[in-house]
This record gives sequence, C-alpha cells and structure tokens, in this order.
Amino acid sequence: MKYVDEFRDGELAKNIASNIVREAEPQNIYRLMEFCGGHTHAISRYGLADLLPANVRMIHGPGCPVCVLPIGRVDQAIRLAREHGVILCTYADTLRVPASDNLSLMRAKANGADVRMIYSTQDALKTARENPDREVVFLAIGFETTTPPTAVAVKQAAAEGIKNFSILCDHVLTPAAMHAILAVEGGVQLDGFVGPAHVSTVIGSKPYEPFADDYGKPVVIAGFEPLDVMQAILMLVRQVNDGRAEVENEFIRAVTREGNLKAQALVAEIFEVRDVFEWRGLGSVPNSALKLRPEYAAFDAELKFKVDYVTVPDNKACECAAILRGQKRPQECKIFGTVCTPENPVGSCMVSSEGACAAHYSYGRFRETA
Amino acid sequence: MSKVKPNYARSLDLKNGRVDMSHGSGGRAMAQLISELFAAEFDNEYLAQGNDGAVLPSANGRLVVAIDSHVVSPLFFAGGDIGCLSVHGTINDVAVMGAKPLYLAASFILEEGFPLADLKRIVESMAKASREAGVPIVTGDTKVVERGKGDGVFITTTGVGFAREDIILSGDLAQPGDKILLSGTIGDHGMAILSQREGLTFSAPIVSDTAALHGLIATMLNSGAKLHVLRDPTRGGLATTLNEIAKQSGVGMMLHESAIAVNQPVEAACEFLGLDPLYVANEGKLIAICAQEDAENLLAVMRAHPLAREASIIGEVMEDTHGFVQMTTRLGGRRVVDWLAGEQLPRIC
Repeated sequence: MKYVDEFRDGELAKNIASNIVREAEPQNIYRLMEFCGGHTHAISRYGLADLLPANVRMIHGPGCPVCVLPIGRVDQAIRLAREHGVILCTYADTLRVPASDNLSLMRAKANGADVRMIYSTQDALKTARENPDREVVFLAIGFETTTPPTAVAVKQAAAEGIKNFSILCDHVLTPAAMHAILAVEGGVQLDGFVGPAHVSTVIGSKPYEPFADDYGKPVVIAGFEPLDVMQAILMLVRQVNDGRAEVENEFIRAVTREGNLKAQALVAEIFEVRDVFEWRGLGSVPNSALKLRPEYAAFDAELKFKVDYVTVPDNKACECAAILRGQKRPQECKIFGTVCTPENPVGSCMVSSEGACAAHYSYGRFRETA
Repeated sequence: MSKVKPNYARSLDLKNGRVDMSHGSGGRAMAQLISELFAAEFDNEYLAQGNDGAVLPSANGRLVVAIDSHVVSPLFFAGGDIGCLSVHGTINDVAVMGAKPLYLAASFILEEGFPLADLKRIVESMAKASREAGVPIVTGDTKVVERGKGDGVFITTTGVGFAREDIILSGDLAQPGDKILLSGTIGDHGMAILSQREGLTFSAPIVSDTAALHGLIATMLNSGAKLHVLRDPTRGGLATTLNEIAKQSGVGMMLHESAIAVNQPVEAACEFLGLDPLYVANEGKLIAICAQEDAENLLAVMRAHPLAREASIIGEVMEDTHGFVQMTTRLGGRRVVDWLAGEQLPRIC
C-alpha cells in the first residue's frame, strides 16, 4: 500500500539494523525508552527486537491512553452509566479496562448499563442528537492526539445548543508524564527517548527541548512505522556516542517544531490544565491533565452529575505501575500470562494492544520459552 | 350463481407487505408465505414432498453434518447478503470435512415488521446460491418474533454431505513438517461488512469474498495430495483458525508474513481502523495443511481454480509443545500470532 509499504521495507530495515550493530559501541548499554504505545506495538508487531544488538535495549514507556487510566476513573464512568442512566460512549479499548468490583465498562454493559463503543467524537454527538431524552456522556481519554477532536465536539455541542451531551475528561499531557518518569527517585536509567509520533504532530517538537537541555536526554521524534522506529534508534545511538543531547525529528513528514497551531489554539480555548491528576503508575502528577474551562462547565459530566473521583489502589500483585515507569518488564510480573492475560486483564497494561504487557503477551512470549 | 370464490386467497404483497405475527402462527398466512415465497424459490423434489422432514435417498460413505447460524448486520453488503452467506457458510463447513455437500435445511427467525420485499431478495439470493452450488434446500422452518426481539432476519442452515471412506481430514492431523497453504487474500468479508457499517468508502469498494468452496475442495481432494487439515478461516480470521488447529494437533506453526496476501483497500481500511487483517473474517477462503512433498503440486491445483488464483504457501507446521503460531515479519523479525483477544468485529456472519 502506497505511503505505508515504503516504511515497512525489510531490506531497508536490515540496512538500518546493520548500521546500529556497527555503530553501537560494545562496551555501552543503550537504554532507550519508546514513550508511546504505538511504538511499543510496532516494535512487538514487527519483531524489531530481533534486529537490534543485545546492548540496545528498548524500555516501554507509559504512552498508552488506557494504561495510564487509574481504576477510579473507570469507576467514575461505570457509576455514570449505572447510577445516572446515561448513555456512556467511549473508544473500544477503554471498555476492557479493569475497574473495581471485578467490573469493566464491558461487564457493566453486559449487566445492563448503556455503554456504546464509538470510533469518533462525532459518533457521540450523533448519539446525543438522536436521543434528546437521554443524557449522553463521552468518556474522553487520551494524550494530545485525541484532545482536539474532543474540543471540536464540545465546541459543536455548545454552538448547536445540545444540552444532553457532556464529557468525562481524562485527557492527559505527554511532557508532564515524561517529567514524572525522569523525576522518580531511584527511577529508571535512561539514555534517550524515542519521542511520540502523533502527539508531536499536534504539540510539535518544542515541548521536548527541556528533556535534552535540562535532563541531558536525547529525544528523537519518530513515526509509528517500523522503519521510523529503527531510524530513530540509530539516531539515538549516534547522539549517545557523540555525547549529544538534542531533540531530533525523524518524523519530518508530519512533525514541525511548532506543531499544529490551530489544534493547539482550539484545545486552549476549550480546556485548561488541571492542578493535579492521578495516573496509574505515575501517581499524582501536577499539571499533567486537562479539564474543561469554566465557560464550558455545562459539558463537564463530573460537575453535571456530581461524580467525584475516588482513588482506588491497584491490585497488589499487579506490576503495571512499575512497568509504566519503565522499572520492570512485563515478564517480571508474577501474574503475567497466568492470572493476567488479554482475556482476563488484571492490570491496564494487559488491555490495549499498545500496552506493554499485552504487546509482549500477544507478540513476544515465545521468547520466554527459550 | 354465487360470486364467492371459496378457495381464493389474495397473493402475498411481496412489494409493500411486512412480516406479521400470523406468518409464524401455523395458520393460513404461514402456509401462504411458505408456498408463495420459500417453496416457490427453493423449488425441488424433496421440499415438494411438503412434509415435516425431507426423505432423502441413501448414499455411500460417511455422513457429515454441519450447522451455522447467520446474524450478519447489515443484511445486504457489497458482494452478497445474509441469504447467499447462509448457503455458502454451511456448504463450506461440510466441504472442509472432505465431504461432498448434498442437502441443506434452513430455519428462518423473522422479526415482526420486516419488509417482505427484503425477505424476497434474501430468499432469491439463497435460492440462486443453492442452485449454483448444486445443493438444494430440502426442508425448512419459519418462526416470527415480536418487533424488537430480533434484528430483521436470522437464518440457520444445516448441511449434510458424504465423505469417501478414504478421506480423513481433521484439525488434529497437522504434523511437524507439513506445509500450510492459503487459497487467497484475507480480510475481504469482514472489512466489506465493517466498511459498510461504518460508512467508510474507498475508491475501490471492498467486496465480500463469500463463495461456496466445495468445487475447489473437490479438485484438491482429487489431486492425490496427502491433505491433513482443511478449514475455512471465518470468524477470528486466519490467525484464530491456525491457533485452533495448532492447539488441536499439539503443534506449532511458523508463518511468513510476506506470503500472506491482503487486497489493498482491505489493508487500507484495516490500517485506518487499527485492525489486523489476520483476525478479520473470510467467507470464501480456505486453509489447507498437507504433507511437505505434496505442497507444490497442491498449490498448482489450487491456482488453476478460479476461487484460489492467489493461493500461496504461507508457512510450515513445527514441533512446539507450547502450540505457538509464530510469524517471520516483513521486517525480518519474529513474533507470535496470537488468538484473538476479546471481540474485534461483532456480527460479521
């Protein structure tokens, strides 16, 4: 397929791989974190680890929207659907995230809650228009990539005077999470980041400059295709070898330094930064998430239905928190692949194909048999 | 003389009429629906017996029976509809057991209010598919459920066929060293359904591959190749079907991504929706697992048939106590091709 196959070419991948093998200095260990679940998925889906030398290690980051959603946030959505009788719309992966009382949105649906899977915020708006006598709530999750479409929906709802539509806003911010990872006391040792692809098309490459300038960590923004990832790894190896810490952009076909200014302006018009937001794995992180501005409060489901966020601790055996911080690998969790599988996820990292545990289980677990 | 016509019944309004509860009540309205629509379209000597069941001639070989329910939404899609799908699906289930499909039985669950014109289209499509396949629908049943209790129409078909005594195909017969063949592109049916449901349009429309495979299978069985397993990768797609076989046979598999063909619009739609064509349903494709030495010959036989022009050898069966289906990727890496987790696409067949 044009514009896709070019970035999945096996021969080119081999060339890049041989460059990485040649240039990675044997006495060094290169610990590189791919922040995004999209990269985690590409690495696992295409078996890229097989192309890398042993001393170039990929550490999976927290950039998977459903993985970082704490149990309390899913509980909130379930309460809305069950106790307030709303039509709860959300993206597919969110349906399977484990919540309290052995529930998930999917199980709540089976028990009679009106939960609907949608592909776009426009579907949620459409549902609201078609059900004027019902309240429709969109569970809005995701990093900066999914925020602009939510902003569009809220703006449209305001313009059209749609009164039965609101959002449960769990939109989060990438740079804040990267700060949190680097700030963890005794945290993960990192030599560089493969920077986000789609997120960066919106926010640009500029917000990553502090990671290079202040933390001395190289960042290479990369697309989600396998060749993008390989090229970014090579660029990171070169930065480490040269003793450089810069923000480089491999994904120049889509990312500029300034990003999508129109989308940024729209998001700023509708949303403001929350003082603090609890992440799964990273805990409470200041200035790391968004909420609706006061002038759009009518569309804020938390206010409209008075459902407060209540912190719920993770399952004790689940290592999602350490995995999301890059401190543990999925296979180091005691319940990986036994109690916790994609069919019966205990932790959120086993839910989405972008989650580190699900990716390793689905694509890489043959490595555990050797 | 009286003008009353004592035996007159106004014919069904197949243009503007709708299914009502009386069509399932066992009374005159039901008899009329059966005679004017089902019997008229499916017309064959066994159905014409008009009894509760069909009495069929005796035949030699081992009897194979398969049943399949069809709840696809939308009922009409590019490349087919629930009618022909319900014929093809069951014929294929009988045929992949190595049997020659001979007869079908069909059960309809109709929802009150369903337009008779749509029912007619569906029944015509079934009749056409059955005639083309040479497999008559010899008995049937109709029930009507109240509005809101069904979704237009559900069709369950049962197929009966006979297999030669010397043909033994089973999911537990894959052996290390065997070759895995696939009859063509994957994902066409599932993406035809989904793209229509989601209103996605592409410059080249995605057309379902729904087809009866018994003709292709007959040529494969006659080729002399030592076939061990035949299966049609429907729900859950190629990946799920191969995992089922690996589990049943207690073996592993190594696939080669570059050998698995995907039509470009299907690939584009999957890319767009974040789906993997390996897990998307097919309704006119088959997987064949055969002895290594027969693979090339079998491949040539398949490619000579119009329904398997793009057949290819996609991998090998290996010894593996874990039963992993693995794949060498286009990039030269290796990965597991796992069972489908959860539900990818509901109601595709």
